[in-house]
Amino acid sequence: MNRIDKKFQSLKAEGKKALIPYICSGDPSVEMTEKLVYALEEAGADIIELGIPFSDPLADGPVIQAAGLRAFAGGYRLADTFKIAENVRKNSEIPLVIMVYYSSIIGYGRERFLEGCVNADVDGLIIPDLPYEEYDEFKPLLENTDIYMIPLVGLTSGDRIPMLVKEAKGFVYCVSSMGVTGVRKEFDTRVESFVKEVQKHTDTPACIGFGISSKDDIDKFESYADGCIMGSAIVRKIFESNGDLEKVKDFVKELR
Amino acid sequence: MELNKDFGIYGGQFVPETLMSVLNELENAYKEYCSTEEFKNDYMYYMKQYVGRPSSLYYAERLTKELGGAKIYLKREDLNHTGAHKINNAIGQALLAKHMGKTKVIAETGAGQHGVATATVAALFGMECEVYMGVEDIERQKLNVFRMELLGAKVVPVSSGTGTLKDATNEAIRTWAARAEDTFYIIGSAVGPHPYPTMVRDFQRIIGDETKKQMLEAEGRLPDRVYACVGGGSNSIGMFYPFVEDKAVELVGVEAAGHGIETGEHAAAFSSESRVGVLHGMKTVLLQDEDGLIKPVYSISAGLDYPGVGPEHAYLRDIGRVEYTSVTDDEAIEAFKALCRYEGIMPAIESSHALAQAIKEAPNMGKDKIIVVNLSGRGDKDVHTVAKYLGKEI
Repeated sequence: MNRIDKKFQSLKAEGKKALIPYICSGDPSVEMTEKLVYALEEAGADIIELGIPFSDPLADGPVIQAAGLRAFAGGYRLADTFKIAENVRKNSEIPLVIMVYYSSIIGYGRERFLEGCVNADVDGLIIPDLPYEEYDEFKPLLENTDIYMIPLVGLTSGDRIPMLVKEAKGFVYCVSSMGVTGVRKEFDTRVESFVKEVQKHTDTPACIGFGISSKDDIDKFESYADGCIMGSAIVRKIFESNGDLEKVKDFVKELR
Repeated sequence: MELNKDFGIYGGQFVPETLMSVLNELENAYKEYCSTEEFKNDYMYYMKQYVGRPSSLYYAERLTKELGGAKIYLKREDLNHTGAHKINNAIGQALLAKHMGKTKVIAETGAGQHGVATATVAALFGMECEVYMGVEDIERQKLNVFRMELLGAKVVPVSSGTGTLKDATNEAIRTWAARAEDTFYIIGSAVGPHPYPTMVRDFQRIIGDETKKQMLEAEGRLPDRVYACVGGGSNSIGMFYPFVEDKAVELVGVEAAGHGIETGEHAAAFSSESRVGVLHGMKTVLLQDEDGLIKPVYSISAGLDYPGVGPEHAYLRDIGRVEYTSVTDDEAIEAFKALCRYEGIMPAIESSHALAQAIKEAPNMGKDKIIVVNLSGRGDKDVHTVAKYLGKEI
C-alpha cells in the first residue's frame, strides 16, 4: 500500500487532518534538507513535499524562488533530491511527494527520472506545469509503479473538476489562490465551495495549499478539507533561522 | 475552425491548472472573433491608417551591385509606426482584449520594442498597461523605458532569476495567472502556451502575405530565398508562414551566435547544444542543461537574447522546411554598417543578423536569383549599443 494512503487511513481513524510541509531540496544545503525532513516529522508533519528547484518556476512566488537560487548557489543538482529521498527512506517511513517542474523531468530524462523515484521509493509526484491535457505523454511511465500523480485543481477549474479528479490517487491538491505560492493575508471566498465541489467528485482526500501561513489558516481550512500544505511560510522560517532545526520544529509544532 | 495546439512534438500548454480555463477562454474568443469580417476590417484599418502598411518591399540596388550576386530586396518593417514589426501583433491582440472586455493589458519586454508597441496600443485603445522588464534590461534600455512611461505605461522591474527577458516573461505569466479576470496578456513573440504561437503568427503573417504580393508585382515571380532573424521568432514566422507551401522558396532563419557558438556565449537555440524542454508554457527547443535548467544566453541584440524558439520553428526545422543558422555579434555589426553606408538605412541589430547571412550568401548566387531580407525593425534604438561596440563615446 502506498504510504500516502496508509497515512490518510490512520489520520482518519484518529479524526485528524494532514499537515504537509514543503521544503526546497538543497536549501540551505543537501545535508540539511535530509535533517529537516526528520525534524518536520518529529514536529508532527504527516507527508513531506520535497521540491526540486528550477530556474524558471512559473507557479512559485518570491520566497520559494529565492530558496531555489540558494540551492543552486550551493551547488545543488537534481540527483541530490534522489539522494535525500534514498537516505530518508533508510530512516523513516514518512510519505515523500516530489514537487518538480516538467522541464526538469524532460531534461533529466523521463525514464531516468522515474527510475530515480522508484529507487528512492518516492510516494507521489506534483508537477505544477503538467496539466491534465498534457499528462498523456507521461502517464504510461507511472503505470507499473506505486507512485501517485497528485492532481492540482484550481479555483477556476469549474466544470473541469470531475475530469481532473476522476483518477486521483493519494490526495488532490486544491490551489487556494489564482496566483503563485506565497503568504497571503486574505483568501478567496470561493475556496470552501470549490473544495466541497472536489469532494463531491472523489473520495480521495482534498488538501489545500498556496498562501497558508498560520494556525488560524489551518484551523479554518481543516474544518472542511482533509489537510493543508504549507510551503513559503516554512521555507521562510528555515531561511530566517539559518536552518535551526529546533526553531523550525517549534514553528511546526505550534501548527498542530 | 479547430486549432491545433501542437506543432509536431512541440507546442502544447505546459502551464499550471489555474491558467487552463483562462487559456481555453482565450482560445475560444480568438477562434470566434478573429475569423469574423468585423475583426478583419478593424485589424486592416489600423494596419493601414495607424501602422502605415503595407510596408514597402525595397530593391537594395547599391548593396546588390556591391555584392555582385543575387538581387536583394528588403521588406521594410522598420518603416512601421513604432519602428518594428511588433506593432502588427500588438494591435491584433489588443483588439481581441477589447472584444473580451478586458480593461488592462500586460506585456513582457526585453529590448523594449514589444513593450513600446504594447504601451502604444494601450494608449490607442484607452487601456491600462503594465510592462514587465528585467532589471538588467531596464539598465541597458533606458530610452525605451522612458518611452513606455511617456505613453502612459507602468514599467515593472523584474529582479527574479537572471533579471532578463525570460524572467520578465515568467513574471508576466505569474501576474496574468493572478489577474486574468480583467487582464489580457499580450505576448510579444511566437512563444508561450497555445494559442499564443498560432495567434502571434496569424497577426504577423501580414509580413509574408504582403511580400509575396509585392514580389509578384515587382518581378513576376516568387523569391528564391528569404531571410529573417529568429529570437522567439515572430517576425520570421510572419515572413515564412505564407511561403511554407511554396517549396521552391528557400527559407533561412538566422539566430544570434553572440561571441561565437564555441564560446558558449550565444543565443542560438538550434545550435548543437540544444535540447527539448519546457519554458513559458510551451515545449520547444531550448538551451538548457542536463537537469533541464535554462542556460543564460547572450547576444549583442536584446531582441534575440532568448534561450528558446517558438514551437513552430522547432517543427519547421525538424521537417526540413526552414534552414536555421546563426551569425555572430561581429558579423551583425558589419552588416549594420554596410546597410547604413550603401543604402542609407539603419537596421535594428536584430534584423542585421538576417542581413549578415544574406550578405554572406548573395555573392555566391547568380544575378538572376532574387532574395528577400526581412528588415524587422529600425536601428535608432541601437545607436548607443553600436557606439559602445565600436568604442566610441557619444
